[in-house]
Amino acid sequence: MGKLAKRNAGRGQISIMQEIVVISGKGGTGKTSLVSGLAATGTRQVLGDCDVDASDLHLIMAPEILETHEFISGQQAQIDPDLCTGCGLCRAYCRFQAISEDYRVMQEHCEGCALCLHVCPESAVSMHDRHCGQWFSSSTRFGPMIHASLGIGQENSGKLVSIVRKKSHQTAQEKAAENVLGDGAPGVGCPVIASLTNADMALLITEPTRSAFADLRRVFDLTRHFKIPCLAVINKADLNPDITVEIERFCLEYGLGAPVKLPYDQDFTRAQIQGQSIVEYHPEKWTRPMQDIWKSAAKILKHKNKPRRNKNE
Amino acid sequence: MRLAIISGKGGTGKTTVAVNLALYLQKEGQKVCLADCDVEEPNAHFFLDAAWSRENRQTVAVPEINNTKCLGESCLQCVNECRFNSLIWIADKVMVFPELCHACGLCFFLCPVQAVDESTREIGLVRHGKGRGVEVCGGLLRIGEAMAPPLIRRVLKSTPGQGIVIADAPPGTSCPVMETLRDVDYVILVGEPTPFGLHDFKIAVELVRKLGLALGTVINRDGMGDDQMEKYIRHERLPLLARLPYSRKAAAACSRAEPLLEAMPEFKEIYRNMWENLQKEMQAGGK
Repeated sequence: MGKLAKRNAGRGQISIMQEIVVISGKGGTGKTSLVSGLAATGTRQVLGDCDVDASDLHLIMAPEILETHEFISGQQAQIDPDLCTGCGLCRAYCRFQAISEDYRVMQEHCEGCALCLHVCPESAVSMHDRHCGQWFSSSTRFGPMIHASLGIGQENSGKLVSIVRKKSHQTAQEKAAENVLGDGAPGVGCPVIASLTNADMALLITEPTRSAFADLRRVFDLTRHFKIPCLAVINKADLNPDITVEIERFCLEYGLGAPVKLPYDQDFTRAQIQGQSIVEYHPEKWTRPMQDIWKSAAKILKHKNKPRRNKNE
Repeated sequence: MRLAIISGKGGTGKTTVAVNLALYLQKEGQKVCLADCDVEEPNAHFFLDAAWSRENRQTVAVPEINNTKCLGESCLQCVNECRFNSLIWIADKVMVFPELCHACGLCFFLCPVQAVDESTREIGLVRHGKGRGVEVCGGLLRIGEAMAPPLIRRVLKSTPGQGIVIADAPPGTSCPVMETLRDVDYVILVGEPTPFGLHDFKIAVELVRKLGLALGTVINRDGMGDDQMEKYIRHERLPLLARLPYSRKAAAACSRAEPLLEAMPEFKEIYRNMWENLQKEMQAGGK
């Protein structure tokens, strides 16, 4: 993924497209509001909703869906009750405790490893494709958007994120877009890792709360793990000025530069209710801060692209 | 009794509800354990000022190939059957990609010559402690580790068999949440009355229904957005256990990781009612 995919998608051409992913560690700090605000002030971009589990970007972008694709990922076991003798081997071997006492495969816990298929002496187990969700290629008032919806309680969110990103890169190539702007998931696990690997930079949005600061540190560790440059944004900065100062200090100490600060403002909710980005809701107030974030991001990307070679090579 | 607190959208107040409900119950003389199942970004311990008394490193079993025993290219059963592509044949050897491994045990089982040894991959910590009188346990996923469910399973396994266990779930509705909802008696869904909040709330309701679990709802930051969530709750005939009012004062107390029950005593009544409503619902066997 990342650079390699971007290159392949361009059939040998080296892309100038940059991929920026917005993540936060803690949920509810304003990732999607930030992405939609940036989208409203950006130019020639492709939007990728990498939060496939609780995706909300479409609520603001109102995408017109051009293509719908099924997301089939991995398989799932099924036990034929007519062949099953209840010997219990599959239950004993399954490491995911996905087989019930009456020998049904609990769909929500089966990871599709097929161990039961091999263990069963009666050949009562078969494997079936797993429909995990859908992904969409759409157009919006701020450019093309790739988004997805993971089936309720499904697995493999990381794989679906990878598909969203790959398709975003392809679309960016086709449209000669400059930026791919990704809306990430909360946490530091599978979907976040999938949204981050080989991205050009991460925007870390946080808020001045004990929880969000602790979560920022963890998600920042993750970006370091993958060597992704970042910029921090402190949302609701005036909610707790003391913690805002602590976060600023942290950012400077760890080479993140000065974070961008946004105020605690009800516009975020009001804009959401109108189905608008904050910039559309109140252009005089929000255009400038969003442009400032674009500028700071551009500086980081410029710095990054100068001396470095493709990390996959 | 095992409760789980979920939200769909992140940051709607799962941890706030989990912590304050635990504190309320503990003050009422109940035996409570708060299990922080958000192993990616655990925060409940901040609100309880918890000190950890035990921390145990957690690993999962991943394969390590014994090349002197391995039959090599004539066999390749492990390579061919692994569903997660974590074993490949390269440079005349079976190579393991531990980060792709789901620790299912298939390769151990299939190898005809027992050439697969158990190695381990660290997934994080399970820790136990106490804060403000409440027993608390939780997990901390190792940075770079993708799979949270195995660690969540360990956290829940380490909770006491009796008393009230409150599992504070991670955000979303995918596998980490499913793991948290294993073996729970009642699910509390905490929503925020905004368009994003409602969208993810509906997905969470569908998930809980699919699992056939009893469900009650809480509207947090009531008054922050619009009334669509309440309409939806009424339309779907879901029990509304409590509404927690929106206030900047509450947000500021939460930012300092102060439990609202202590920072704003008026919340005590709300939690009392929440608990009473929940008990009534459980007695009625409500879905």
